[in-house]
Amino acid sequence: MQMPPPDPRILARRDAIAARLREVVPGAVIDDPAETRAYECDALSAYRCPPLAVVLPATTAEVAAVLRICHQEGVPVVPRGAGTSLAGGSMPTADAVIIGLSRMNAVLETSFDDRFIRVQAGRTNLSVSGAVDAAGFFYAPDPSSQLACAIGGNIGMNSGGAHCLKYGVTTNNLLGVTVVLMDGSIVELGGPMGEAPGLDLLGVVCGSEGQLGIVTEAVLRILPKPAGARPVLVAFDASETAGACVAAIIRAGVLPVAIEFMDRPCILATEAFAHAGYPDCEALLIIEVEGTAPEIDEQLALIRDIAARFSPIEFRESQSEDESRRIWLGRKSAFGAMGQINDYMCLDGTIPVSTLPQVLAGIARLSGEFGLDVANVFHAGDGNMHPLILYNANKPGDLERCEALGAEILKLCVEVGGCLTGEHGVGVEKRELMSSQFSDIDLEAQMRVKDAFDPQWLLNAAKVFPLAVSAPRREGIRNAA
Amino acid sequence: MRPETEDDLSQLIRSAGAPLSPIGGGTRLHPGEGAGERLNVSGLTGITLYEPAALTLVVRAGTTLTEVRKALAAEGQMLAFEPDDRPGSTMGGIAAANASGPRRVQAGACRDALLGVRYVNGQGEIVKNGGRVMKNVTGYDLVKLMAGARGRLGVLTELSFKTAPIPPCSATLALPGLDAAAAVAALTSALTGPYDVSGAAWLPGQGALIRIEGLEGSVAIRGKALTERLAAFGEVAEGDGASWSRLVPQGAEGDLWRIICRPSEAPALLAALPQPLALDWGGSLIWVALPAGEAPALPAWSGHATRVTGAEALTLPAPDPVVARLNASLGQRFDPRRIFAS
Repeated sequence: MQMPPPDPRILARRDAIAARLREVVPGAVIDDPAETRAYECDALSAYRCPPLAVVLPATTAEVAAVLRICHQEGVPVVPRGAGTSLAGGSMPTADAVIIGLSRMNAVLETSFDDRFIRVQAGRTNLSVSGAVDAAGFFYAPDPSSQLACAIGGNIGMNSGGAHCLKYGVTTNNLLGVTVVLMDGSIVELGGPMGEAPGLDLLGVVCGSEGQLGIVTEAVLRILPKPAGARPVLVAFDASETAGACVAAIIRAGVLPVAIEFMDRPCILATEAFAHAGYPDCEALLIIEVEGTAPEIDEQLALIRDIAARFSPIEFRESQSEDESRRIWLGRKSAFGAMGQINDYMCLDGTIPVSTLPQVLAGIARLSGEFGLDVANVFHAGDGNMHPLILYNANKPGDLERCEALGAEILKLCVEVGGCLTGEHGVGVEKRELMSSQFSDIDLEAQMRVKDAFDPQWLLNAAKVFPLAVSAPRREGIRNAA
Repeated sequence: MRPETEDDLSQLIRSAGAPLSPIGGGTRLHPGEGAGERLNVSGLTGITLYEPAALTLVVRAGTTLTEVRKALAAEGQMLAFEPDDRPGSTMGGIAAANASGPRRVQAGACRDALLGVRYVNGQGEIVKNGGRVMKNVTGYDLVKLMAGARGRLGVLTELSFKTAPIPPCSATLALPGLDAAAAVAALTSALTGPYDVSGAAWLPGQGALIRIEGLEGSVAIRGKALTERLAAFGEVAEGDGASWSRLVPQGAEGDLWRIICRPSEAPALLAALPQPLALDWGGSLIWVALPAGEAPALPAWSGHATRVTGAEALTLPAPDPVVARLNASLGQRFDPRRIFAS
């Protein structure tokens, strides 16, 4: 993985730049190399580089002041929420200033009548629901990292989660943002009503991986909590059958809040790790429905009838809170369990649900060709796959082989009509693969949006677009300076 | 000009020397739009892919809403964002206008159901973005930018939508005694409880209208609980289910205005306006007619008001200068020759 070389002119001015930053945010600038090391990577820890400096502002005005200085000095800026990005979205370069939003975690306004909450962008996802729970509300997007990840990062990556089949992803629950542009201008996009005149700038900022501006505040849609929820576990003797059952459930007009899929390698690993009591099978589905108790019964009866057509090995309907917890336990432990076995790389491609059997067969074939095991766990209702490729980081060449296999699997996702990433983002990880999904014209159209928001390409500029494709913009501007 | 293919369209735009106005059915034009030579995309029609089991529809932009509704209904499905079906509506026009109906309170707007687009920009380049899957964060989301752009950034040629099952059962509750301002409190009460409300509106003569949908037993349970909750606002009656398709006023006397606000702000705005023609989205959308050329005098509020019929375009309050700059800059970069300026 390549990163652009740092600009020696900026490195030479490190102390002067840090001093200027200290003037506007005293006590919130870190430039001691021993301390900036803590920011050298995000959750994609394979790639590391300590930044020039780290700033931890407390207000939107401070973010704006910092950006104005970086803009004047021509210093690249990398925004960072909680650093849970799995694609290297907030990995710095040596000449970049990281703006970390972790201190900005306040709830600013709550209106239950208008069904929104306004929070600072560093607030964690789960604590947003926590802030409205007592009033009977919740915030729907639930990425697996929700305990740790920040709303600002969720907006950058347009994060999803297990329950997005019914509730959508971040972009469908984001009503407005306060965003600071690279030149320091502060602007509000959208608003509590989720509709604004003119172009849908909010829509394009969401999922732009921190390249268009730094989101400092977010207005989020909150929803009344459903009366209850109940999962079922359905086990099958073949992955293809499980895939066909998912299609049949959706086709029948039932819309569960979640349909999760795990294959045998994943089930075996999680059983050894979490002892959830899963059946011995080739594949299983966890299907959750919501509502009042009679509503849940009605939906589960339909699902039971549909599943019966696929001769499941077992149909386990939760009868208690404890059983519900145990059904989810294995799924929620899956990533940790795989980590116990070996190093792994988690992919994030999305495919049309109808191509599931074809893609699973393709993954098995590629796994054999590359000689690396792959376990599958994913959000089956929406086709967002998470193949986990097992490898040994200490074995020379294994990481490279793993990356090559990952690239082939993601290209397969694109070939069948899907995409490279469903929720983790492109970051540095999948940057060079973008050309397999988009033509030069498609990429050019996207880069023109960055030109409008950040004409000098200073914000997180080495992400998302293949380096060679973005080079004329990044280097042309720099050389002209 | 009526191109038959995306390539023809691209050629037409490349060779255009004067402003063009991309038109679907021409049913949702705002004042000031459609002044250029009309670029009629009704030749680009047809459903290119429909997978009911994946809830996915891909359709060319000139295809009519009527045709799409028919194809989806045959499989028990619908467009959850419920665009109003004025005759001649095309899917490209609906997306370009981000036209979203009553179910927006539950299922989101048109832009939320739009998964992918193909369009031709102002230089005649054919661009694709998004795709046909629900979860997709590969690159920037130009799909949202194109939704509601009203043809200013390019001409939509193909769209992918997420579809939804038609609920087997639907019930409409009405509080006929409520005027518009009083209705907002009842609608808010319905929307802030666990009833999964799929429509919350008000019409003159009919009062507050609340819709719940789903499996039969579930609708009965929620309907009963909701009726009890709403009793505090007046007598709850059975409402007319056909009202949901009549929430966008047609043929109003004078200029039609569309006002967006927080529901909690609606009563103060309503007090400053003539009798509204309709309320939707729990009170956050107010439709009102004003004498031609007149602008509403409203107390400060957090939304905006747009004149949607009449001689002259107007949106209040004036946009933030930075937002206006970004809008202009994007327009310039997607359409440098300003072919789609009118």
